[in-house]
Amino acid sequence: MTEFYVFVSGPLAWIAWGFFIIGSIYRLVSMYALAKAKDGSSLAYMSLPYSLRSILNWLIPFNTMGWKSDPLMTVATFLFHIGFLLVAVFLGAHAVLWDTAFGISIPSLPGGFGDAVSFVVIAACAVFAYRRLALPHVKGVTRPKDWFSLILVALPFVTGVLAYHQVGPVLLMTTLHVLAGELLLALIPFTRLSHALFALLTRSYMGSEFGAVRHAKDW
Amino acid sequence: MSRIADRKVADPGLANGVASLTPEKIEKVVNQVLKGETGAKLKVYQETCMRCGLCSQGCHFYMSHDFDPSYSPVNKATETMYELMNKKGKVTPDQIYLMAQMAFTECNLCKRCAHYCPIGIDTGYIMSMVRRICYMLDVVPQYIRDTSHSHASTMNQMWVKDDEWIDSLQWQEDEARDEFPDLRIPLDKEGADVYYSVIAPEPKFRTQLIYQAAAIMHAAGVDYTMPSEPGWDNSDMCMFVGDYENMGRLKRAHFESAQKLRVKRIVMGECGHAFRSVYDMGNRWLGYKNSPVPIVHAIEFYWELIQQGKIKITHKYEKPVTIQDPCNVMRGRGLMDKLREVVHFLCEEVVEMIPNREHNYCCCAGGGVINCGPPFKNTRMEGNRIKAEQLKATGVHDVVIPCHNCHGGLEDIIGYYDLGMHGKFIGDIIYELMEKPEL
Ligand code: HEM
Ligand code: HEM
Ligand code: SF4
Ligand code: SF4
Repeated sequence: MTEFYVFVSGPLAWIAWGFFIIGSIYRLVSMYALAKAKDGSSLAYMSLPYSLRSILNWLIPFNTMGWKSDPLMTVATFLFHIGFLLVAVFLGAHAVLWDTAFGISIPSLPGGFGDAVSFVVIAACAVFAYRRLALPHVKGVTRPKDWFSLILVALPFVTGVLAYHQVGPVLLMTTLHVLAGELLLALIPFTRLSHALFALLTRSYMGSEFGAVRHAKDW
Repeated sequence: MSRIADRKVADPGLANGVASLTPEKIEKVVNQVLKGETGAKLKVYQETCMRCGLCSQGCHFYMSHDFDPSYSPVNKATETMYELMNKKGKVTPDQIYLMAQMAFTECNLCKRCAHYCPIGIDTGYIMSMVRRICYMLDVVPQYIRDTSHSHASTMNQMWVKDDEWIDSLQWQEDEARDEFPDLRIPLDKEGADVYYSVIAPEPKFRTQLIYQAAAIMHAAGVDYTMPSEPGWDNSDMCMFVGDYENMGRLKRAHFESAQKLRVKRIVMGECGHAFRSVYDMGNRWLGYKNSPVPIVHAIEFYWELIQQGKIKITHKYEKPVTIQDPCNVMRGRGLMDKLREVVHFLCEEVVEMIPNREHNYCCCAGGGVINCGPPFKNTRMEGNRIKAEQLKATGVHDVVIPCHNCHGGLEDIIGYYDLGMHGKFIGDIIYELMEKPEL
């Protein structure tokens, strides 16, 4: 078991990072090439100020028509995305890993806080799941792909919390956690989660199009 | 959740088109469009749409059908384009019928949902590409198809013959000279400041709008002209049908007729979709980032005339009015402040609809939906109850509507929901209030 853990947290971690980084670069570069070949009439309007205007406005909760229309989702998605970044990058245990693996020392969340944020993120995932099960306009368009990415995201949090609270065999839980984290990382470029790569670009395009051509708000 | 299959509407254009389809032909055409004409934009939209449903409340169809998810933007994209993409075009002719009905008649391409989608997905664009595929498959509602045929063969929307166009202008000029003795409608005047362009329904059955525009130009002392040759019609149903080749032909003819006359700019009448065709879709198809001749919409033009003190009115319109914000010039061109300044200049009291400005609800006629004709009138009436509620809540009887499509759409809704209201163009009000010569 310990050997397996060493393998998972060693070579496998590098492989996961490889998938994530090379996969992301590949997806972005090939998408840009396709856009250049086929979407010239859209690319022509890209504008940095209008992109930023749009991104900033959508970063403010309840500032947009979309955010106003569904308060529960808005609160859940903001807590989820912020919580995800905080935990994935700044959790105490992860900060240690940044240091040992890459030699980068970053500030880390106080233990209790990191734990609390992890629970909040799990709760947000529960809200996402509730919407997919109970709200007809979400349920109707939900496909296995959407469940897959939601589970993919929730797994590292669930296993991480279990490991941290020493529920179940610690080594097994930690190994599972690391596996889940790596799976998530590796699959981001190839699932719905690829929106982490593309969402800023689609937002920027809409912002540019509305700002530069339509002279109207896109929020 | 209702299903599109349960609300199938009989239409000869759709039925005849589907009758000659084979699965092989569908597959070939779908992939030809997907590979040849769409690119990263569509691919990213399909992939990054999180199926979160936040766009739903943006759509008047969804709001008007008691939150029936079948009408949400993401569902419409899922049942049409995303299905075509996932199946790589392996769908049945009957599915194409339903997809065409959805794309042509249950989406106005109004882009209101863009204000609701956090990712920035343009459902209007997605649905217009579905229409493009249906057009390539020759599955198009009969009425709008006829209109686009008119465009293709006469270069105008209403089968208006070249001489009839000139006759209509001269007729209006003649009529107007009773009221304004030295009024002219100058044809083909080279180098004029303004090239005034209209949509073909004006000479066909709304000639009083040409009369009024001529009266306003005359009173304001504008150096203007109207073209006598094809290219005069700025409307463009080919754009909504998905016939982009002819959309391009029409826009080229329009721009070139203005260039030939070496006018300073084009002023277009109170129409929304025509404006979309010159700043958004037609220009891009032709490879112009912006239109090659400066173009302003009537709202902006009247605003300028008012700023320059060239419009003199005897009094303000006394009855309270509300304002319809047409999607293509609000969400499309940000003319909401100018529109308000114009209306407040003309009218004593304005009661706003809520929501308004770029967040307005579409009239449900736009995007060519009204042009799909009588078979789909109920789609528009039931699909825009929210607009009726919005109108009713203002408590006024007059609606200022600076768009032809919105006029048609709102008049129908006002009738269907028995609202006892009446629509007016800005030109109607200016004409009514302006100082006229004593005779
Ligand atoms: C991006 C994916 C990841 C997420 C979202 C994530 C999340 C979490 C969470 C929520 C906890 C528990 C925190 C708490 O309850 O206080 C945790 C703990 C931990 N994580 Fe991750 N993690 C991820 C990836 C990884 C990876 C790739 C590794 C190692 C290579 C790793 C190593 C650890 C360790 C060692 C702990 C401490 C567990 C313990 O205390 O036994 N995590 N993580
Ligand atoms: C640049 C980074 C990111 C941006 C701009 C972004 C943006 C968005 C947006 C706009 C949505 C749509 C609906 C909503 O608000 O929930 C969304 C949903 C979602 N995001 Fe992200 N995201 C980013 C990164 C991530 C990352 C790194 C993950 C996890 C790996 C993630 C996981 C999710 C999930 C699971 C949903 C779906 C919620 C549901 O099931 O309804 N996102 N994201
Ligand atoms: S009608 Fe307008 S709001 Fe509804 S889906 Fe189409 S573009 Fe979006
Ligand atoms: S709001 Fe945008 S991301 Fe969410 S379902 Fe609608 S189109 Fe997709």
